[in-house]
Amino acid sequence: MFLWFHKLGSPPHFYRIAGKWIPWLSWIFLALLLAGLYGGLILAPPDYQQGESYRIIFVHVPSAWMSLFIYVVMAFCGIVIIVWRMKLAEVVLISSAPIGASFTFLALVTGSLWGKPMWGTYWVWDARLTSELILLFLYLGVIGLHNAIEDKRVAARAVAILALVGVVNIPIIHYSVEWWHSLHQGASLSKFDKPSMPPSMYVPILIMALAFQVYYVLALFHKCRVELLQRERNSKWVGEL
Amino acid sequence: MTPARKKRLALILLMVVGVAVGVGFALKSLDENIMFFFTPTEVMAGKAPKNKLFRMGGMVVDGSVSRPGDGLTVQFDLTDNEKQVTVRYAGILPDLFREGQGIIANGKLDDKGDFIAQEVLAKHDENYMPPELAGMHKSEDAQAEDPY
Repeated sequence: MFLWFHKLGSPPHFYRIAGKWIPWLSWIFLALLLAGLYGGLILAPPDYQQGESYRIIFVHVPSAWMSLFIYVVMAFCGIVIIVWRMKLAEVVLISSAPIGASFTFLALVTGSLWGKPMWGTYWVWDARLTSELILLFLYLGVIGLHNAIEDKRVAARAVAILALVGVVNIPIIHYSVEWWHSLHQGASLSKFDKPSMPPSMYVPILIMALAFQVYYVLALFHKCRVELLQRERNSKWVGEL
Repeated sequence: MTPARKKRLALILLMVVGVAVGVGFALKSLDENIMFFFTPTEVMAGKAPKNKLFRMGGMVVDGSVSRPGDGLTVQFDLTDNEKQVTVRYAGILPDLFREGQGIIANGKLDDKGDFIAQEVLAKHDENYMPPELAGMHKSEDAQAEDPY
């Protein structure tokens, strides 16, 4: 296990493995996405109060989960960068940032479009919405800081610190609807409670969440390969490609 | 792990814990400002700001919605199952507004202690179900009170 981890950490090895996985992941992603959309938009029944408008949930909830998940991955990479100085973690961290920012943006926009007809407003400054917006700024901050520092290895360490400082926002986002009165509703799906919706609604959400996970890995592999080639352009293994 | 790595790990964990404690204290002191709305009980107890806009959230009391006067103004009672406050509002209500629904109104209290709303938002809860099931769940919902 440890050996496997070490091997994966070597750029040429990762480059090869990721290249092999990309076509498979693309097909898995496509299949999950179609299944999730079909289940969500066609099979799932309308909601008793919101009618058809609630269907945005099939994009909104998975993207919001991804926005948190990717940030946690980045923070984990941050620890690896600072403690072990592992090059691949630097690449994964910085390649994750734009993907995470996109999911955060998607969650904010879909939520806002749903909020207008349901709540009666596109935006309010309640705890959940505000902390999610801060998450978007954290992602943008990571991207900006990385671009501002010329030396990639120094940049990675600075970005690792920022990612780790920002990680305190993650539990705040998650618990914001419980700690404070907010306009945003509580979680409909959680690990410990019975879901407050029927399986015909939550199964498509879970399939979409899985599709987004696969998409993240797929996009990450693509971005990491490009980043690795750029960083190691003078090394022997890139020359041999 | 080498001693240098251990030290770096300890430092980084210390930093994260420090930031978390700092943010925790900041949020604790900002508690009232982060609360998106006051409940009718808090409003009756005089906790809400006077002569200033604030938000009040609660459930629309069954059978309390009426349109007195010109028919543009809606009047209804808002409750948190303890106290209730009468709200008056002239404007467009969101689609989800109905009796028994959680809503949040933004406005101020008048001299009589009624809440004059300038904006009414519907608070949706986390329950989703197909229309044919909604009737069956009604009786259960009535027992599972206090959504806030």
